[in-house]
Amino acid sequence: MNRELHDFPGGLHLQTWKHLTDRIVSIQHPLPERIILPLQQHIGIPSRPLVGIGERVLKGQTIARADGYVSIPLHASTSGTVINIGDYPVAHPVERKAPCIVIEPDGRDEWFDMRPIREYASVDPLELQAVIRECGITGLGGAGFPTHVKINEGVDNAVEMLIINGVECEPWITCDDRLIQEKAGYIVAGTRMIRRAVKARQCVIAVEDDMPAAYRELEKHIDDDIELVSVPTRYPAGGEKQLIKVITGKEVPSGGLPIHAGIVMQNVATAAAVYRAVTRGEPVVSRYVTVTGNVQTPRNLQVLLGTPAIDCLKACGFEPESQQRIILGGPMMGMHIQSQDIPVVKTTNCLLVEDDKPRPPAMPCIRCGACADICPVKLQPQELYRHAKTDDLTGSQHYHLFDCIECGCCATVCPSHIPLVRYYRYAKSRIAEEERRRSGADRSRTRFLARQERIQRQSGYGPAAPESAPAEQPQARDEKKAFIREAVERSRARRRRRNDESAGDKDND
Amino acid sequence: MTEKPALSSPHIHTGSSVSAIMLRVCLALLPGLLCYIWFFGWGVLLQCIIAVLFALLIEAIMLKFRGRAIRIFITDGSVIVTALLFALSITPLTSWWISLLGIAFAVIFAKHLFGGLGHNLFNPAMAGYVFVFLCFPAAMTVWPAAPGTTAAQPDITTYIQCIFAACPAAMDGVTGATPLAHMQSQLTAMNMISEIRESPIYSGIGGKGWEWINLAFLLGGTGLVFLRIIHWQIPVAMLAGLFLTAGLFNIHDGELYASPLFYLFSGGTMLAAFFIATDPVTASGTPRGRIIYAGLIGVLVYLIRTFGAFPDGIAFAVLIANAFVPAIDHFTRPRVLGENQV
Repeated sequence: MNRELHDFPGGLHLQTWKHLTDRIVSIQHPLPERIILPLQQHIGIPSRPLVGIGERVLKGQTIARADGYVSIPLHASTSGTVINIGDYPVAHPVERKAPCIVIEPDGRDEWFDMRPIREYASVDPLELQAVIRECGITGLGGAGFPTHVKINEGVDNAVEMLIINGVECEPWITCDDRLIQEKAGYIVAGTRMIRRAVKARQCVIAVEDDMPAAYRELEKHIDDDIELVSVPTRYPAGGEKQLIKVITGKEVPSGGLPIHAGIVMQNVATAAAVYRAVTRGEPVVSRYVTVTGNVQTPRNLQVLLGTPAIDCLKACGFEPESQQRIILGGPMMGMHIQSQDIPVVKTTNCLLVEDDKPRPPAMPCIRCGACADICPVKLQPQELYRHAKTDDLTGSQHYHLFDCIECGCCATVCPSHIPLVRYYRYAKSRIAEEERRRSGADRSRTRFLARQERIQRQSGYGPAAPESAPAEQPQARDEKKAFIREAVERSRARRRRRNDESAGDKDND
Repeated sequence: MTEKPALSSPHIHTGSSVSAIMLRVCLALLPGLLCYIWFFGWGVLLQCIIAVLFALLIEAIMLKFRGRAIRIFITDGSVIVTALLFALSITPLTSWWISLLGIAFAVIFAKHLFGGLGHNLFNPAMAGYVFVFLCFPAAMTVWPAAPGTTAAQPDITTYIQCIFAACPAAMDGVTGATPLAHMQSQLTAMNMISEIRESPIYSGIGGKGWEWINLAFLLGGTGLVFLRIIHWQIPVAMLAGLFLTAGLFNIHDGELYASPLFYLFSGGTMLAAFFIATDPVTASGTPRGRIIYAGLIGVLVYLIRTFGAFPDGIAFAVLIANAFVPAIDHFTRPRVLGENQV
């Protein structure tokens, strides 16, 4: 490693608890009795079912199709019969239940006919992108953003660097660590495929410096086309914008995407999934899940998507008690789940069983500034809290509420024990609601004016049709759009320049 | 399954608490407090005890009136810190009822009527101090003499008499001007610094006793900086503001304007820099803002001590700067990661 690393502001050194699971080989979890597959496991539009109740499906078969660009298809994770399509409890911060397809496994785990691409290097990037989409690949790190959308941004823009994120900064979780240790070859091969799809100039795989075994495994597989970087362990070093800062020193523009800094980032598990998709035509049907905390044998499981959480917990010797809580994800950003029946989905990385210690009551904010000192985005959390509490939405935006990544550092150090992140989520949803309402009003005004115009035209009198469209977009949104457009233009120009250069020097390409 | 409300992330906590912070602030006050007692006698400790007791009582009454959980809020310790800062600001000879009035003003008006802990615009201890200082200027400027300056010092019985009854008639022997008050009045009387400093109340850099008290507060305050309970910007900027302003005048004319070191180690300078100006609720919350806010206090302290009507001026400087905090905070918001990046 010879790259000079940079530092991101704030952050916390947390007790990691990774030693419980990071050296234990993962095991394949047995077929559950029921598979519950939510139609939405990604950011974007839910998929639309293609199968009916009673229909027999095969493992890997598409059972729901993508509905729109920011959407992906859903595949059966084992062979069996569809026994129901309806609302089931899922892990969602607001809605308790969501539409799911329920499959009763037949125990044969029979694969659907798959068509691999043998020679990916000769395949057009657009085709790779289509395969990635067809195989239902979303960001397997946390947010679940459809991978083909990110890659498409990369196809359209000049990509300076592809970063494969193996920085698992949340305490307790080791599923990426184990995946790297066990499937490093897949990850490196998948990395090369994504790199080809986005035509990145440089390519980096990043892990944390407390993952030495994973680092060694990757080292065996990489060549000098990929740079392997070990970043200092500090939460949240694995956050997209934080990791970009650490590796490149660049800051992703506020309100923008990594591509605006010429960067595409994917999780290690996503890279492995791309490898499977391209070489075997295999869709995402399972993932690594860390089961840890107060269970007898904490370890990583390879779980079929749709397996109920309780099955995974029981496989690790979980004994239900009254004074415990189950966290889906890590302790910093994970979700406290109410139902143990919720299924494992593409973004489920961890099931953590904790003692349900009562939290001390929240005291008033004394403006001590501990939160601002450790905020990895350099926000003023105490001001965000004050504005969120008083429903001052303009004030919240002045303090850049939407740059908050909800990492939870502020609430972890708050001496007044204020659930700060809850306030930010509340304010964000209030603002989103307000914008929806406003754009709804804009739409009806446009419609009303259009109707007026039509009536006037038909009746043949009255003033001439207004010259410009009357819809007023909020100025801020226009500015943002213009800003993004400019960034895209710039990177396109960069790409053209580079293409011109490489056209002049063919041997290099 | 019974539906308890879902807990929001994060699910871990470092274990810090408001009361732990306040406890550490109290401990950090100890070196200065002990030094103060060493030079001025038990009256200082008596004032602290009286102030804390009154403060707890009034806080409990106010919490009861406002319908707040008394046990949770009284154990947060914030009112104890307010009481100690008040007690360390007044003269150790102050009568109990003046102390009560000051504490009552601090807790009722400056704290609870603004919304209680965390909501006050002005530093409660300083508001209480200014209230009694303006109401009882004569009583509030009678200071016990520092050791080595007069033959006698008030002993514990004199203190008890002064605090709980009335001061005995023959008090002149045991009281004296503080170095800051002496300096100000002598300068007003057109004396030269070199003459003034011949008085026995001065020593190497500050006043006798006072320089050690200031050093002890500096020591405890530095501990708070290292524990990250206070931000370094505030003491550094306040002391720099005071030092540089005083230095400018001193360079201009060393016989008319006392040395900057004298001001750093006199009166309540270090107590203010590390314990009063740093009250998080009333101080600026941004890194640049803290420098502006505390620098302003430093400059104001010098201007009041040199050109104003009051010998010390800490309380007024802090309250004035407090009023600017909302504006300072608004205009010094730090650049968010990725802001103005293209």
